Amino acid sequence: MVAELGNFALILALCLAITQSVLPWLGAWLGDARLMRSGRFLATGQCVFLALAFAILVWAFAVDDFTVRYVASHSSADQPLIYKLTAAWGGHEGSLLLWVFLLGAWGFAVTLFSRSLPREVVARVLAVLGMVSAGFVAFTVFTSNPFERVVPAPMQGRGMNPLLQDPGMILHPPLLYMGYVGTAVIFAFAIAALLGGRLDAAWARWSRPWTTAAWVFLTLGITVGAWWAYYELGWGGWWFWDPVENASFLPWLTATALIHSLAVTEKRGGFKVWTLMLAIATFALTVLGAFIVRSGVITSVHAFATDPERGVFLLGILSLTLLGALSVYTWRAPKVGLGGAFTGYSRESLLLANNVLLAVACMAVFVGTLYPLALDAFGLGKISVGPPYFETVFAPLMLPLLLLVGLGPSVAWKQASPGDTVRQLRWACVASVLAGGLWPLALGTWQPLTALSLMLAVWVVLTALLDVRRRLGSARQPWPTRLRRVLRPSFLGMHLAHMGLALVVVAIAMVNTYEVERDVRLAPGETASAAGFDFTLRRMESVRGANWEGDQAVVEVVREGRPIALLTPQRRYYDAQPRNPMNQASLDRSATRDVYVSLGERLEGDAWSFRLYYKPYMAWMWGGGLLLALGGLLAAADRRYRLARRHRDEPQVAVRRHATIGETIQP
Amino acid sequence: MKPRLILLLLGVSALLGLLFMGLGLNSRDLPSPLVGKPAPPFMLEALENAEVILTERDFIGEVALVNVWATWCGTCRSEKPLLMELARGGIPIHAFNYRDERDSALRYLNVSDNPYRTIAYDPKGDAGIDWGVYATPETYVLDAEGVIRYKRIGPLTRQLLLDEVLPLIETLRAGEARRMAQS
Repeated sequence: MVAELGNFALILALCLAITQSVLPWLGAWLGDARLMRSGRFLATGQCVFLALAFAILVWAFAVDDFTVRYVASHSSADQPLIYKLTAAWGGHEGSLLLWVFLLGAWGFAVTLFSRSLPREVVARVLAVLGMVSAGFVAFTVFTSNPFERVVPAPMQGRGMNPLLQDPGMILHPPLLYMGYVGTAVIFAFAIAALLGGRLDAAWARWSRPWTTAAWVFLTLGITVGAWWAYYELGWGGWWFWDPVENASFLPWLTATALIHSLAVTEKRGGFKVWTLMLAIATFALTVLGAFIVRSGVITSVHAFATDPERGVFLLGILSLTLLGALSVYTWRAPKVGLGGAFTGYSRESLLLANNVLLAVACMAVFVGTLYPLALDAFGLGKISVGPPYFETVFAPLMLPLLLLVGLGPSVAWKQASPGDTVRQLRWACVASVLAGGLWPLALGTWQPLTALSLMLAVWVVLTALLDVRRRLGSARQPWPTRLRRVLRPSFLGMHLAHMGLALVVVAIAMVNTYEVERDVRLAPGETASAAGFDFTLRRMESVRGANWEGDQAVVEVVREGRPIALLTPQRRYYDAQPRNPMNQASLDRSATRDVYVSLGERLEGDAWSFRLYYKPYMAWMWGGGLLLALGGLLAAADRRYRLARRHRDEPQVAVRRHATIGETIQP
Repeated sequence: MKPRLILLLLGVSALLGLLFMGLGLNSRDLPSPLVGKPAPPFMLEALENAEVILTERDFIGEVALVNVWATWCGTCRSEKPLLMELARGGIPIHAFNYRDERDSALRYLNVSDNPYRTIAYDPKGDAGIDWGVYATPETYVLDAEGVIRYKRIGPLTRQLLLDEVLPLIETLRAGEARRMAQS
């Protein structure tokens, strides 16, 4: 009975979404305030019903309602409660419901935080969100309904894939989906701007916090995904250039570009058309990602069970998004106009270079992801494009970008003099070359690419610190004044995010160059060494968890006679799938290195195979990811965005009238 | 409309078309690098008699199927009736008994039908590695010269037999007959 309520709530949400995609738009078109206001109520109602539907699905998991097919195939009664709940998004249907629920939540957030926006803009934004929502809720209801019953109900569920029974599952999908869905808001703002023909600094100021918020979630989602893969898959990989990872990385790249181009649009009125294009592309890439994951066109470790009907439906959504948005774009973009002029060397030109690099990187990843599909479609064979391609193409694009990250903040808008920049930054440059050049010597062999990456990372950090010092200003002023100038969230946020990027670069350079990996065979009492650490297998034990039993090795790690850690890697056999053992690696983490042991198969006698890893600077990767997100969060929360709106209350009346007139004349 | 925008729309349409074509393809349909190559050599005991040593020569001579199976593999059991039909229809089927126990395999064949002409006993999966076995059941088609012409990962189905396997066997047999006539 409860499941039917969920289904009913979902269908109601669909009806509301369809209404929401029509009424507010009609209101903005006719200039009818009542119709425009309906958007808020409809978005709120839609969010409530989607939340209800999702809560009911989670409830069905909590009480082991195996009459629901989706519950029966993704959970079992002996699963720990937390994994019963997370199993709600462990498969295609439930994760889609989470997707649409979060979309509803973003829509609701728009109604909450847009009280000071012109009502036409809010109406159009909500209408576009309604259309997106209608598409995806219809997709859920008609092709992937999680509330479908199964008769007769099985006594026991099939259980969640053991690989997913991990804390990473609690965080990774919701964060990533928040990011994905947030791009819909960016898209809605862009389409609203095109329809309204209004794209000015105020518009950019409204869009910036939403864009940054979506980007923060994408960043966190990707970081948690990498962190999870790193320890769960048992071989220390954290990024595989797998099509589905690329699907999350593509919108991240365009969203990063968008954040920077929006800065130009807000401050200097430039890059308008390009900003709109990026906003559309970011959302389109998100939908493309959903298509890749859920249609089965590309084989991947992440892919859900596939069904051609779903693929066709998603492709329909993607076509409507792309063709619809591009038609509006071709029709309206010429009216948007160009921005202020700038010279060849200015912050605008550097941000332009940043955008070009990010866009090219995005294209490169895009081509690599879809190339196998293209070859296959033309009958030219089946291939898979792997890390060698992506690494070769990606690194040369990212290194100049890092150089720009350091330069950008210290170069003035509109027109700057290269001589000034050189004078300001020459010591930072020398220091980073020295530090980056010497640093690798502390770890081992000196390699040019590694040294270059480290130099650039140091460069990013030093230039950020210099910029903060410059912002502090003259020492004669009192400290509170100076601090207040620096503690502006958007300013600090930018530099924190840039430093986070530098940390990630250090981690990637270090781990790619200096990681050590050894496959060894150990019997109790035997010792093997890797990277200066001695690993002794003390004993083997049997352990029992909630729904699995396993073998556990107790491995003592010693370095130069000093005990470091007692690691306990496991090999788990889940009751639901005993033939499919799971590795549970065991790590000793510290600031500049991880030691990582994973247990392999049993060999003859009482010996087991082990994999030993030494992974330098991995903690910097996670710290960097968090710092990126924290920086974004600060920037998005800047009071400037809210204050500016309040200040604009006066001129808004005029603007609003103007927009209404424009709207009635144009059609 | 500017030509640039037309180009953009064309590009997008091409992308959508590509994705649509992609839907019709099966990305899990792995090709075997062994197709077109001679059957990999092996030396294994026969399942029925540990004294008899079988090699790849015992599988070669006429157009035949090679099936990889095990008693622990439920799908293999459900596939067997189809193999029985083929065997009764005169198609020789050789087999690898893959990572299995001799006693239980023999017991299983004794209590039910046996479609296999020759069964090589591969308890450690040695031959399985050379033959590129991913998972049981797998089925290969060998031509009369012992060249692998087809590989199926997973169970055979009636549809698959009618669409692909039987026509292929017909063609291979016809080619073989022609060559016999010429020589």
